[in-house]
Amino acid sequence: MFKYFEPNKIFAATSKAPKYVLLLFIIILSIGLTEALILSPEDYKQSHAVRIMYVHVPAAWITLGIFSAITFLSIFGFIFKIRNCFLISKSLAPSGLVFNLIALVTGSIWGKPTWGTWWAWDARITSMLVLFFFYIIYLVAWRIYEKNDKVFKITTIITIFGIVNIPVIKYSVDWWNTLHQPASINIFSESSIHISMLFPLLIMTAAFALFSLLIFLMKYNTELIKIKNKGLDRL
Amino acid sequence: MINELLLMNGYGLYVWSAFAFTMFSFLTLYMIIKTQYVKERNKFIAKFGTLNSKRAAFAKSQSVNKEILSSSSNI
Repeated sequence: MFKYFEPNKIFAATSKAPKYVLLLFIIILSIGLTEALILSPEDYKQSHAVRIMYVHVPAAWITLGIFSAITFLSIFGFIFKIRNCFLISKSLAPSGLVFNLIALVTGSIWGKPTWGTWWAWDARITSMLVLFFFYIIYLVAWRIYEKNDKVFKITTIITIFGIVNIPVIKYSVDWWNTLHQPASINIFSESSIHISMLFPLLIMTAAFALFSLLIFLMKYNTELIKIKNKGLDRL
Repeated sequence: MINELLLMNGYGLYVWSAFAFTMFSFLTLYMIIKTQYVKERNKFIAKFGTLNSKRAAFAKSQSVNKEILSSSSNI
């Protein structure tokens, strides 16, 4: 089964996919922006400020998802000695970092009109900031140890420490008294968000997911070409 | 209508700046990754050009190399 993970076999597909993903992303994002900024209703309490949710929440979901994927792939790759898992992890990290930054900045902008402050050392916000630093440390480790085989071990250890923070982010609003509101969308129980707001939120999430896929594919292709460049040096 | 969309009951500045920051981040990341991709591909093509015919034929026999050489910058 693992032979299908070989970069040579994947490159044929990944080199052609970005242009189609980019096109689909532009279409979905256009629909999402129209829904989020024009068609969706304002909130009875927060008025139009609620529209920030359509960029803040998808960004937060995706950054958490990407870090979880990076951790899973790193551990899997480390146990089964599959280098391609590390290549995929490394290619996922830049979009994870940017989505984390978007979640933090848009959260801060949203905080001003709703809480009256740009920043609070609240459990949810602080744990998101900690995740941001884990992304930075992970990417810096790749930069420093790229030419060293130790990089696989070091990045896996970083992700193992970082993944402990993910449940803290998720449940921080339940475990502690926070300024941040509890989750409005639950998979296993009834969500408190109205369908007219859920629909644009899901469209924006799809658009953001497509963007992270696009960045991943481009970065992955770049990493493969880098490897091939080294191969040409050895010829 | 346009004024209402821009001002959003006084929340316009917050809403538009959040969306603008998001789009700016997308564009910046896309440009950075694209630049890295083009740089590596050009490096590959330049290195390929310096190979002698025997080595070039061997390198070209590998499917990935063929794909890289044939993929013009169309992302």
